[in-house]
Amino acid sequence: MKSLKLIGLALGTSLALSTAALAQDITVGVAGPMTGGESAFGRQLKNGAEQAVKDLNASGGLLGKKLALEVGDDACDPKQARSVAEKFASAKVPFVAGHYCSSSSIPASEAYADGNVLQITPASTNPLFTERKLWNVARVCGRDDQQGLVAAEYILKTYKGKNVAILNDKTTYGKGLADETKKALNKAGFTEKMFESYNKGDKDFTAIVSRMKRDNIDLVYVGGYHQESGLIVRQMRDQGLQTVLMAGDALADKEFASITGPAAEGTLFTFGPDPRNKPTAKAIVEKFKSANIDPEGYTLYTYAAMQVWSQAVTKAGTTDPKKVMDTIKAGAWDTVIGKMEFDAKGDIKQIDYVVYKWDSKGNYTEINPKGS
Amino acid sequence: MDYFAQQLINGIVLGSIYGLIAIGYTMVYGIVGMINFAHGDIFMIGGFIALITFLLLVSLGLTAVPVILLIVLLVSMAITALYGWTIERIAYRPLRHSFRLAPMLSAIGMSFVLINYSQIAQGARVKPVPPIITGGYTLHEGSEGFVVRLSNVQIIVVIATIVLLAIFTWLVSRTRLGRDMRACEQDQTMAALLGVDVDRTISMTFVIGAALAAVAGMMYLLYYGLVDFFMGFVAGIKAFTAAVLGGIGSLPGAMLGGLLIGLIETMWSAYFSVEYKDVAAFSILIVVLIFLPTGLLGRPEVEKV
Repeated sequence: MKSLKLIGLALGTSLALSTAALAQDITVGVAGPMTGGESAFGRQLKNGAEQAVKDLNASGGLLGKKLALEVGDDACDPKQARSVAEKFASAKVPFVAGHYCSSSSIPASEAYADGNVLQITPASTNPLFTERKLWNVARVCGRDDQQGLVAAEYILKTYKGKNVAILNDKTTYGKGLADETKKALNKAGFTEKMFESYNKGDKDFTAIVSRMKRDNIDLVYVGGYHQESGLIVRQMRDQGLQTVLMAGDALADKEFASITGPAAEGTLFTFGPDPRNKPTAKAIVEKFKSANIDPEGYTLYTYAAMQVWSQAVTKAGTTDPKKVMDTIKAGAWDTVIGKMEFDAKGDIKQIDYVVYKWDSKGNYTEINPKGS
Repeated sequence: MDYFAQQLINGIVLGSIYGLIAIGYTMVYGIVGMINFAHGDIFMIGGFIALITFLLLVSLGLTAVPVILLIVLLVSMAITALYGWTIERIAYRPLRHSFRLAPMLSAIGMSFVLINYSQIAQGARVKPVPPIITGGYTLHEGSEGFVVRLSNVQIIVVIATIVLLAIFTWLVSRTRLGRDMRACEQDQTMAALLGVDVDRTISMTFVIGAALAAVAGMMYLLYYGLVDFFMGFVAGIKAFTAAVLGGIGSLPGAMLGGLLIGLIETMWSAYFSVEYKDVAAFSILIVVLIFLPTGLLGRPEVEKV
């Protein structure tokens, strides 16, 4: 099934590329989970990239050429991510915005490095992504060690002396985030009452919920994705357990609330300050809204990744990935989510995570706006 | 003790769903002697049909929950049964007298067809429904504040399983169709000579198995609140394991196996680590098969001359 799909993808890619080459377009890629459990986030990436390409072409393209966009589907599967990356590399795509899952971005980045492709991830927060000294990677989002720190700070402030459980889904992202949070908590002298892991894709959490009930857990921190987090919340309420669930940036999609229903109320997660509220994003948010898309979660981050790359290309006067990367790291870039500067590893210098809370109507808002 | 009771409830509910799916594996194996690898995906189709019927009824303005549940149950059983019948007719019957592996390979192919079909027809995203049945009962309030809860959904899952199991046990042991099925299980040629319509009986087996899988699909949707196109795979593997553990070919064995797998997973998660619950379930399967190669309630196959 998968190989068939890949052949289809390869055929599609090569066809699209051959027509693209005729028109002398620059083809760039966006990659993420377009199918499977995380496809809600894949769609955010795709929406952001499509809008960015449309806007760039409307303002005259890049280096006098039009941009074309290819979509790669990794289904949040490391093996598929690697083969998507190899396809992009062999098609000599100069730039890919992606992927979503850290466990996809990391193996893909090696294929991109070998194939001379520049990769900016809008969403993969595992520290390892930029810690391997690869020349070709950058990210426009934060890192899990920063995210874990913010989560830990909140837990220490609000749940001091209470019982906290930490769960993770054994994925690169989930385990990484849970470990960072645990580390930050333990460093402050706080010990969690329970540290457990489950399998990504599990549906039945009743046993673990009963355990939390026995141990009087007040807050459960989940390093994992939104589907499992939603099921945990739902099954906690079914068993009459009012424990608060806290998680990372993977909860920034409305689909979480459609799984839990009104039970989402009170659930916490950490994410960058809502990009939709930034003054720089106002015009573009309107554009998305008129197309009936809510640019939530990583949509605007993907848009920003495309902006950073296209501005650097214009400045460098070439799409050569190595030169563009040097330019990116040397400059400062105006994006929809604010000004961005990158360090030598490819991480952005200005980071601030904040804590969000879901309400019973399926919306989330910041609970400690900056300055308070 | 309260904690144990709560985990027991959790395990029995999970085991009931596994058991309902496992019956489909065991019935087909008992009569045709093949493993219907597409059965897990029939379960997934059942879940989707339940979801679609539910949304349809709600959009038509129906609000009485018991009526909705009954209609959803009947519709999803009927349509899923039709799927089961069709699959047998086009993918297994033409291969029945071919070599032994052919229908099994055809079943694996059918499984892919169903997965991809629902992925394309219904989209690759998870399909959630808001909680349909809410509320529950507090059974016991423990001394340390531990509350044993039994939710209404859990009650419905267990009751539906018991009722349907009773109906189908009656069907197999007391009716004409059941007698035909048991005759085919023993000797198809002889049954045919004595006037049993073998083709029809086998078709009915698939229809019944699919209908039970549809019930499991609907219970799954009610209990967990979501379906996706890939959910049949893992559930199918677990249910197949349950069927083998209980003794493949044995109807009560499938139910027992399902309950055991559910309980082992839950109890292991409760007292040891969640991480290794699947390892625990499969280890026990291996141990059982070493000492009882035909499973807990299976009969040793008599070589026919």
